[in-house]
Amino acid sequence: MIHTLSISDLTVSRGERLLFQGLDLRLQAGEAVVLTGANGAGKTSLLRTIAGLLRPDAGEVAFHDGDGNPLDERLARGRETHFLGHQDGLKTSRTARQELGFQCDWLGHVQCGMDDAVEAFGLAPLLDLEVRRLSAGQRRRLAMGRLVGSPRALWLLDEPMAPLDARWRAAFADQMRRHLAADGLILAAVHDPLPLPARTLDLGGLT
Amino acid sequence: MSRPVDAEPRPPGLRGATRVLLERELDLAWSGGGGPLLACGFFACLTAVLPLAVGGDPRTLSPVAGGIAWLALALASLLSLERLFERDLEDGALDLLALGHLPLESVVLIKALAQWIAVGLPLALTAPVAALALGLPPALVPLTALSALIGGAGFACTGTLGAALALGAKRGGLLIAVVVLPLFIPPVVFGAGALERAASGQSPAPALAFLAAYVLFAGVIAAFAGAAAVRNAQG
Repeated sequence: MIHTLSISDLTVSRGERLLFQGLDLRLQAGEAVVLTGANGAGKTSLLRTIAGLLRPDAGEVAFHDGDGNPLDERLARGRETHFLGHQDGLKTSRTARQELGFQCDWLGHVQCGMDDAVEAFGLAPLLDLEVRRLSAGQRRRLAMGRLVGSPRALWLLDEPMAPLDARWRAAFADQMRRHLAADGLILAAVHDPLPLPARTLDLGGLT
Repeated sequence: MSRPVDAEPRPPGLRGATRVLLERELDLAWSGGGGPLLACGFFACLTAVLPLAVGGDPRTLSPVAGGIAWLALALASLLSLERLFERDLEDGALDLLALGHLPLESVVLIKALAQWIAVGLPLALTAPVAALALGLPPALVPLTALSALIGGAGFACTGTLGAALALGAKRGGLLIAVVVLPLFIPPVVFGAGALERAASGQSPAPALAFLAAYVLFAGVIAAFAGAAAVRNAQG
């Protein structure tokens, strides 16, 4: 299981524009780090780089287990990393049940993963609806279902709370606390502060 | 049912993950406006229009029936390719697929397999009917279906590669057609060649073997080049 995520001397640019350079970060099991910064500062790009979806110009992203042994990057990302971005990857023509089932199956799940996900985010009344009929907040809750349905150590969250109302923000905060208590790692890009103790990494603004 | 406490995440395994992705792809192929029916309808229209263009005389049509059927097959195989990766890129599902247990190379191959099942199989069933209507000797019907089936796998692999290469381009559908059609030349040559050889009393086996070799070659290239193209589009 991923115990430590370490980022050293990371430089990422998009096209001609340099987003950040020489970034260092160390995140350990049970810890949450909040990414802040102006629009366009590179929060999403940093998360995508850690998830292996974006190649950095320089620097390294490494994963270690509890004994300090390096983990294979492909396995660490393919088995133990969740990336929840603005785009939720849900297909509008399919039902919520089909999509939640696919996402949990594809990412690997525990026996009752789907039931837990349904319970955690109140998805039961939505399951038989087509995804196109869901509101933004309902869609986000459905996408969050995979965090619970398919337990993975590292959560990379991009503005996770944005479309949620107060009730579900509290419910999600509860899930994050549980995840940290179970030695999970959370790196979240946010504009509003997270309702739990977290270090802050500020990417600054546009230069 | 009691819940196991603290259960370890159960990896879907290679076969499990292949199955769930294949099921999803087939479901999307059928639900998104009936892609397979559209391809078969397009195929039927093409083979109906061609005799009007070249004249309906059976003596002119019959010798070229196999060739026309293969040309129409190649064109009909292009139709639903844009759907393969473009929508997954737009809605973020491609990120999800990249973070699964299977490498992207397998994802590309599974998508090609789904494309073959969803579009290639129905077309292989339609092809003999259309070829018969154009005047193909009835004895060649089984061979037409078989060669269309093998060729369909080649079209699916090459088409999937084209769809991956065109990711992120504006008007990707047209770009796919321009990229992919030249690569469709070998299966059209071998497939129509098999029918021609059989019609003239020779064994179609060598042409079918070449067709199968093309499919294997296209599958390997599509997996690696397609996965590289997808990674490039994500980054």
